[in-house]
Amino acid sequence: MTTETMKIFQWQDYQEAVRSFVLPLVAFVLFLGLWSFSAARLETSLGQVPGPVAVWGQATNLIAEHREERQKEVAFFERQEVRNQEKLAEDPDAKVRIRPYTGKPTFLDQIVTSLLTVFSGFLLATVIAVPLGVLTGLSANVYRAINPIVQIFKPVSPLAWLPLVTIVVSAVYVTDDPLFSKSYLTSAITVTLCCLWPTLINTAVGVSSMDRDLVNVGKVLRLGWFTTVWKIALPSAIPMIFTGLRLSLSIGWMVLIAAEMLAQNPGLGKFVWDEFQNGSSNSLGRIMVAVFTIGFIGFLLDRGMLMLQRRVSWDKDAILR
Amino acid sequence: MTIEHLNIDHVSMVFETPAGPFTALENVNLKIDEGEYVSLIGHSGCGKSTVLNVVAGLLKATTGGVVLDGTEVDEPGPERAVVFQHHSLMPWLTAYENVELAVRQVFKGKKSKAEMREWIEYNLKLVHMEHAMDKLPGETSGGMKQRVGIARALSMQPKVLLMDEPFGALDALTRAHMQESLMEIQNELGNTVIMITHDVDEAVLLSDRIVMMTNGPAATIGEILDIKLERPRNRVELADSPEYNHYRAAVLKFLYERHQNPESDRGEDKPAQEESCSEDMSLRVVSNSAAA
Repeated sequence: MTTETMKIFQWQDYQEAVRSFVLPLVAFVLFLGLWSFSAARLETSLGQVPGPVAVWGQATNLIAEHREERQKEVAFFERQEVRNQEKLAEDPDAKVRIRPYTGKPTFLDQIVTSLLTVFSGFLLATVIAVPLGVLTGLSANVYRAINPIVQIFKPVSPLAWLPLVTIVVSAVYVTDDPLFSKSYLTSAITVTLCCLWPTLINTAVGVSSMDRDLVNVGKVLRLGWFTTVWKIALPSAIPMIFTGLRLSLSIGWMVLIAAEMLAQNPGLGKFVWDEFQNGSSNSLGRIMVAVFTIGFIGFLLDRGMLMLQRRVSWDKDAILR
Repeated sequence: MTIEHLNIDHVSMVFETPAGPFTALENVNLKIDEGEYVSLIGHSGCGKSTVLNVVAGLLKATTGGVVLDGTEVDEPGPERAVVFQHHSLMPWLTAYENVELAVRQVFKGKKSKAEMREWIEYNLKLVHMEHAMDKLPGETSGGMKQRVGIARALSMQPKVLLMDEPFGALDALTRAHMQESLMEIQNELGNTVIMITHDVDEAVLLSDRIVMMTNGPAATIGEILDIKLERPRNRVELADSPEYNHYRAAVLKFLYERHQNPESDRGEDKPAQEESCSEDMSLRVVSNSAAA
């Protein structure tokens, strides 16, 4: 009897494992098949649309280019070092300096730039949206006041913000020794403008829906305004804040690619744009590598936020997916 | 003669509702001595919670007021600690941290860190939660959560402990355990307690006096019953006691013969949810006026 039930149980476990592994695999193989089938029949001005194999080839190419570039860089500095040594040997007082390497950024460099830019914009948005959201959630009047503004700006496309941001950044950010490039600032600020809203709205909802009994506990304890916010309102809203942050980050990542294209920030967006302009026979394949990379990084960012939420949030029952 | 400890003095409460003003409480008068255990009993929506909230300072009486040791109550404060029906623990804090939040606020500058720790642990021991001090509320049972809620209230060293149906959400067996614990604590500390309850047995077992409230609107105190059972009380022994059964019968008669549940006429028995009280009753006002 017991062995019987155990057998059934294992059989179900086994089936479940097969389902969760085999089904995605089947779908993926089908996808690859459909892709190579249709790619082989699509002729473009840049030649045939690359299939999976060609794209994989481009991906390895891009990594090889990165390695090559790095070696060039190392060699460049070595040459300078040797030259400087020689100079100093001739004349100990000679002024020597190391010139920076100015090779073009590789695909991997561009990924790093994109990540830095998106995180800058996202952090700026968080720093603004969370406190503002807390205020909005606490006070019905603040909510009434800013709700129309939020509703109007929320649906604005990054492509509409970008020209404005570009011009404002050019006008305001005038220094002789710029710490950041203008394209970086423009892209990051555009990301901020687009990913403020989910965090703001979710934080406000989280704070305003906190348990009234907890507020009463705070009143009985005569907690001050700041302590009430810090010890009751903010922790209450943490699960909702994370929901907002996850939405914001994924919107930010989508927005970033468009912003980089137009702002010419040397990230993935610019990579895609350059390949598009370049129009070599490899371009389509390289753009596809970028598409997969963008998708995969977006997925990782979301998983990262989810892991952070699991660590930080007290609400372990929340459905996280 | 000493001045009374707690005086609920001619308290009336009128809520503004869309259907016009609604009188929830009218002329509630009650004097409570130090160390007395008073239960408020009555049907749902009779304004028991409103009385408690006025004493807590969470609601302001429309007329009349509450005087505690010669000072009028005008805001909530830790000297009138509240145990809420649904424990109201911060779900992100452990049992220890929940009590700590209260202790740090109340004894800021009065107790050293070590003294605070000792005091928190003492209070958690009182409610038999010393084994689960580091558990989050979500990891403990309903009874345990309510124990921590009580420990938190006790840790404020209140002059009056206010309990709003503290065991209402618990199953019968857990409730019995909690009542035992509470009697034990009461023996030791001798707090002044006002407790709201729906449970006749609970009221008789725990109280020195049972305050029975009439049905709203304009609810007030209908009758007060002195419970002169000797302490410590034992539930099993009392079950056969004629005295106990007499008290029990008196409360039951008040509730079910003289002040029948207004909702039972309509064949619906709503669960006790005092928060819905005012709107619930405003509906009744509307239907009354429509009938008139």
